[in-house]
Amino acid sequence: MADKIIIENLSLTYADGVESLRNISLNVPENAVSVLFGPAGGGKSTLLRCLNRLNDLTEVRASVGRILIDGENILDPKTDVIALRRKVGMVFARPVVLPMSIRQNLTYGLELAGENRKSRLDEAVERSLKLAAIWDEIKDRLDDPAIALSGGQQQRVCLARVLALQPEIILLDEPTSGLDPISTGKVESALQELKKEYTVILVPHSVQQAARTADYAAFFLQGELVEYGEGKTIFTTPREKRTEDYVTGRFG
Amino acid sequence: MEKTLNWREFLITRLVRASGYSAIVFVALIFFFLLREGLPTLGEVPISTLLSLRWYPIENYFGILPLVTGSIMVTLGATMVAVPFGIGTAVYISEIAPRWMREILKPLVELLGGLPSVVLGFLGILVLSPFVRTLLDLPTGLTALTGSLLLGGIAVPTVVSIAEDALDSVPRSYREGAWALGATRWQTIWRVTLPAAKSGVLTAIMLGVGRAIGETMTVMMVTGNAPVLAVTPGSLFSPVRTMTATIAAEMGEVANGSIHYHTLFFIGMVLFIISLAVNVAASSVVFRSKQRAERVLS
Amino acid sequence: MMRRLRLNRHLTERLGFISLTLMAVVTVVPIVAVVIYILSQGLPAISWEFLADFPRDGMRVGGILPAIVGTFYLTIGTAVFSVPLGIAAAIYLSEYAPDNALTRLIRIAIINLAGIPSVVYGLFGLGLFVLFLQFGTSILAASLTLSIMTLPVIISTAEEALRAVPQPFRTVSVSLGGTRWQGIQRIVLPQALPGILTGVILGLERAAGETAPILFTGAAFFLPRLPNSPFDATMALPYHLFVISTQVPEMPPQIQYGTALVLLVFVLGMNLVATTIRSRARARRQW
Ligand SMILES: Nc1ncnc2c1ncn2[C@@H]1O[C@H](COP(=O)(O)OP(=O)(O)OP(=O)(O)O)[C@@H](O)[C@H]1O
Ligand SMILES: [Mg+2]
Repeated sequence: MADKIIIENLSLTYADGVESLRNISLNVPENAVSVLFGPAGGGKSTLLRCLNRLNDLTEVRASVGRILIDGENILDPKTDVIALRRKVGMVFARPVVLPMSIRQNLTYGLELAGENRKSRLDEAVERSLKLAAIWDEIKDRLDDPAIALSGGQQQRVCLARVLALQPEIILLDEPTSGLDPISTGKVESALQELKKEYTVILVPHSVQQAARTADYAAFFLQGELVEYGEGKTIFTTPREKRTEDYVTGRFG
Repeated sequence: MEKTLNWREFLITRLVRASGYSAIVFVALIFFFLLREGLPTLGEVPISTLLSLRWYPIENYFGILPLVTGSIMVTLGATMVAVPFGIGTAVYISEIAPRWMREILKPLVELLGGLPSVVLGFLGILVLSPFVRTLLDLPTGLTALTGSLLLGGIAVPTVVSIAEDALDSVPRSYREGAWALGATRWQTIWRVTLPAAKSGVLTAIMLGVGRAIGETMTVMMVTGNAPVLAVTPGSLFSPVRTMTATIAAEMGEVANGSIHYHTLFFIGMVLFIISLAVNVAASSVVFRSKQRAERVLS
Repeated sequence: MMRRLRLNRHLTERLGFISLTLMAVVTVVPIVAVVIYILSQGLPAISWEFLADFPRDGMRVGGILPAIVGTFYLTIGTAVFSVPLGIAAAIYLSEYAPDNALTRLIRIAIINLAGIPSVVYGLFGLGLFVLFLQFGTSILAASLTLSIMTLPVIISTAEEALRAVPQPFRTVSVSLGGTRWQGIQRIVLPQALPGILTGVILGLERAAGETAPILFTGAAFFLPRLPNSPFDATMALPYHLFVISTQVPEMPPQIQYGTALVLLVFVLGMNLVATTIRSRARARRQW
């Protein structure tokens, strides 16, 4: 399978002097769910935010290395970050619906990009809600405020909002951490559908979720990439002792 | 940062930033114009005249001491009204009042802050000053005392709102700790809460004083405007004239560029420097949370 | 012994609470009294003639139309300058300003602007707008002077409103390919609008009630007609009240109280609008 993203020797230090990523090298394949997991503070979110340059919003003291997406180094200052963010969508841990209707939430990104043809917008709304497995639940109340939805529904609207932009890569940072098991199941099965068309990178909220969903898995520990490989291998016969301890729950 | 700012984004960012900087520009401009029109005084009026006791511009007496002492007298009086009542009300609102009472008191105090000072001055003339005159059996009710009472009222909302913010930001755990040690609520207020909010209360007092020094219309209307040296406690019961009232009363009648004109600007410059000092001092006190730039002088 | 001590402590507390309550009452009662007194004394003066007529006979008869219209013009004029500038400055401080010495200097400048005595604003307006820029004693000069005085109130309340909009909205907007300004324009500003509006009205309320800044920049003692250009001087309610209560002998009190009442209604009306907007918006907020 082709590698969509190639991370080469990436290191990153925040303004407070914390080195949050240390010399990370990682190839992320297309059409698969790659999982980044590990204990808190390992640098998983930091890495995700590098992939769509969301770290531009935070104070980063130093970052070195390269991230190639389709062969282009997106850390290059000349990168068109707006286009990059349309291509690399992100779903956050807490569902953040914008203070507007469901429909407006879904069309927000497209409208920013200058799309204002009603037919195109309607089509995108329906397509993305179906992909996020929530169309049937809410198709009759698209003009209600999005905040009125349940947490699980909101999170799938957030996923749909990303999908409406037809990205190529989808980043999900603990997307189910606040959801009940049923909503979690819905999101997870949506991901299995999505990976047929997209490159999916998921930071799971538990080792169990990691094991359930991972085609590939990377174990992060305090800014370091300890081990990376096929999910099956990592969760059954890891090479590294530290990975094994964490996966089997023997870790602090 | 984002490299693909289009021209619109670029333009807006510049405009917004320039607006932010404008506050600095305005302070500088104000200072510049006060200096430009006020400094010539120092060349035109000998220092000994400026520091003399007689303000009678028509005959070229430009002694500003009566005006300075007038301002100090009225401000001191106002402080003695505004500080106890302001702090007392703030303590009542934040520590004692039941919730519904708070909901009534806070907007009322805010309302006082919004009353035009000329309305208070008007009532001062028609209601307060006859009252002061008959009560104390004075020849006139337009005295420093009348001005102090009204000014005190005007400074109260400033003191209350800042002191109340400060008291509010004292963590609840401080109070609970004191109660647990057996202190009464009264003791807690005096020994724990107020000391913990000390710097905020201090800020409140300073800004309240600043508000009083700068107030113009009310004092001009009710203090009688006699430019006499006010240093004895007795002058509290006679007419005085403040720096602000002098500017307001006389600027309309002077010829532009005259010595009198320059001297009034000079007084304005002194007021500006006082307010600068008060505000820099007040804002450098540690209390910084919820810092709002209310109009503190007026 | 112990019991007496306890008793004393509770007695002190009781007395203390009572005296603090009395202080609050003494502070608040005059406020209510002032409003009620002016309402009751001023209402008899209010008539169509009083509101819609020019003053006559040395202002002792007739109405106060030019003062009402003048205050209206001055308030609008102040809004024209201070609202865009104040909101833009607030946007800068809340959305763009880095945490550095220059930003701190801006904040100090704003605090100082708020503290400058209003009569000093009057001097400044006279020096810069009336004389140096040669706008003359005019609505324009007075409005500009009032604008700068109002600016700190608008900036600080608007900044507070902008900061209250949750940070994640901005992050989401950026992550969906929005520029910083797009996020501000489409999400932050609409959400902060009620708060900003409240601040704007409170600021303009102050401007409408001020006298000292317009004394030498735009206020006219008496005008037999309405101003018809921004370069005309104008009558204004607060200045008119000052004039008829100190400068005109044998003024009928009814006209004085009537003028005070109209000014009070103007100012308190704005205050009421502001508080209504604020409480409505709080109830309707989606976050
Ligand atoms: N904006 C920031 N400024 C400074 N330090 C940060 C910032 N964001 C994260 N860090 C630090 O970087 C390190 C990695 O954080 P990151 O959020 O990437 O970890 P994570 O693996 O996602 O953890 P979690 O499982 O808790 O989400 C942590 O030590 C964290 O304190
Ligand atoms: Mg994280």
